[in-house]
Amino acid sequence: MSATAHAPALREVPGPSALAGGPRRFFTLTWLLSTTEFKANYFGTALGYVWSVMRPLLLFGVLYTVFTKIFRFGDQIPHYGALLLFNIMLYQFFGEATSQSVACVVRNESIVRKTQFPRLVIPLSVVLTNFFNLCLNVVLVFVILVATGVDPKVTWLALPLIVALLVILSTGVSILLSALYVRFRDVAQIWGVMTLVIFYGSPLLYPVEKVPHSLRFLLFINPFAPLFEEARRLLVDPTAPSIVDAAGSALGIVGPAAVTVGLCALGLWLFTRDAPRIAEEL
Amino acid sequence: MTEHPIAVEVEDLHKAFRVPRHRVDTLKERALHPFAPIEYTSLRALRGISFQVAEGELLGIAGRNGSGKTTLLKLVASIYRADRGRIRIAGNLAPFIELGVGFNPSFTARENVLLNGVMMGLTPKEARRRFDEVIEFAELGEFVEMKLKNYSTGMSMRLAFALMVQSEADVMLIDEVLAVGDASFAQKCMDSLQAFRDEGRTILLVTHDTESLRRLSDRAILIEDGVIDIAGDPDDVAHRYLEINFAGRAEPLPAVGDGAAAGRRGTIADVWLEDSDGERPRGFEQGDPLNLVAVIEATQEIDRPGFGFEICSTDGARVFATPVPPRSVGGPDEKLQAGERITVRATVANPLAPGSYTVNCSLSQHDNGFDVVHLREPAAEFVVWGTRRTAGYVELDWDLEVEREPRTGAVRAGGE
Repeated sequence: MSATAHAPALREVPGPSALAGGPRRFFTLTWLLSTTEFKANYFGTALGYVWSVMRPLLLFGVLYTVFTKIFRFGDQIPHYGALLLFNIMLYQFFGEATSQSVACVVRNESIVRKTQFPRLVIPLSVVLTNFFNLCLNVVLVFVILVATGVDPKVTWLALPLIVALLVILSTGVSILLSALYVRFRDVAQIWGVMTLVIFYGSPLLYPVEKVPHSLRFLLFINPFAPLFEEARRLLVDPTAPSIVDAAGSALGIVGPAAVTVGLCALGLWLFTRDAPRIAEEL
Repeated sequence: MTEHPIAVEVEDLHKAFRVPRHRVDTLKERALHPFAPIEYTSLRALRGISFQVAEGELLGIAGRNGSGKTTLLKLVASIYRADRGRIRIAGNLAPFIELGVGFNPSFTARENVLLNGVMMGLTPKEARRRFDEVIEFAELGEFVEMKLKNYSTGMSMRLAFALMVQSEADVMLIDEVLAVGDASFAQKCMDSLQAFRDEGRTILLVTHDTESLRRLSDRAILIEDGVIDIAGDPDDVAHRYLEINFAGRAEPLPAVGDGAAAGRRGTIADVWLEDSDGERPRGFEQGDPLNLVAVIEATQEIDRPGFGFEICSTDGARVFATPVPPRSVGGPDEKLQAGERITVRATVANPLAPGSYTVNCSLSQHDNGFDVVHLREPAAEFVVWGTRRTAGYVELDWDLEVEREPRTGAVRAGGE
């Protein structure tokens, strides 16, 4: 502790930013925050995990009943139940991660305004917490699948790729929303409606070939369409049309990819631009 | 101090906050009026601050509310970004300017301590190693797995404080910590600050309290209106801080609590305190004489009028009262005529200890302090400021002498 033992050089204070403090601190902080949050959510209360999985399961139950018993529509699609369940779990992750991210920076106002740490940690840890949840849910889905007589396939090994793409997309959107919400508080309401629009606007309840030709252009911009369609081929039905076949052009894959990259870039740009001033805007 | 290297250097720091005149905080509004300019008022919190802190020094930062001292700390802590200027720090910095910041109530104490450590830049391994020391210091060993929301205020305060004490940062930023908690906790904070200083850590301490400024700081700066008003010796800074704090003109007290007789025979229309320059300040420096001025209006004839006043402390003690019967203000004929208006001036020596005081005034008749015409209670209030603090109401002239008896070399036994 003596003055001569260590005489660290003067270094300029960088000011707040999205990523300040070095990558190691950034990743440990994100990891620790989300694992702690996850533990608090699911092991802190007696029925923690049960409650969190009830929602998608109940939704699945309702939709499955409606579309196989009332509309008699799912009947014609092979493995409709398995598909629907898997899709709902994927969508649940996206919906929860993004909706929780909207207000996350504002919710953590006290630490944002009073301590220095990389701001991007906040939305990222929300996404990561939900990702842990998704992993649990996916395991559950496979247990249900195998239990109900679906044969495991080698192609299942490629499913993590789909999940990875979904996580990237969700991260981009979460970052974008959390940055927007600091300035525009009605983002929360708007996003509430948007999640519904995306839910029904994506080939999640229905297979992609059911989309009428007049609406096919939607497939060119919806980043979820290729994810759900490829998940379907990998999960249960390799004979289903690929997204390129279904959309009728290579735009079916290029468009959604561009939208995903665009959303991530926009989110990152906006967040890093606003991060230095977030503490003042709150 | 001079041979110590510089630990914190701030050069020409500027910071302004943009405050929108009309807050547009929905996308809807923005979409409806996409080209409407958002007008901002610029609030210039800091306007060119420069100072240096040597390693191991404790710099006290004083300033009134809104003077920019917390903004300065937040800039140094990288919570705000400076508009202009440069901040350089040697070594690592504890980025916590308040106790208990960053605690998540739904996490356990263990989790919070680990998170806190990582926030400070430790690796998880280092944070775990520090964990035991923190818990031991906070004396919370049995409660480490309890969620913080179930902690009492005292317990989480202890935990927060232990974290601060156990942080191994070279430079510490502390904002008003001493104000929280009870007396024994405040004392513990004080002791720790002393200990940090003895360990050779560099500390920036923002405080309202002139006492801790004088007792703890090696050097101090006073920020007023975004610039450094004075820098240097803590005593001088504390003095100047009090001076500007009480420099404002005193607000006259409304005439409430009038005695029953008010308005019938006469009233004490106005009362104020002046300093020797004839100004009416809110505060008087300890030792500066007080001039009490009262305007008396007689509505009817008042026979043998007398004026008296008393000075009370805020806890209700009557520190001083003029004697009874009161001093006559009727002149040679011992009367105030109907419609007459007089001004009385009382000069009072000021041995009062620093604190807040009120003045009560009474106008009575018949040369008798009890036949009250008008009582104004309180008639005026004022503050006495100074850097010496005592627990009493007045400071009397006193001195201390020590007389030493020659040592006899042996313990004296009784009955020689």
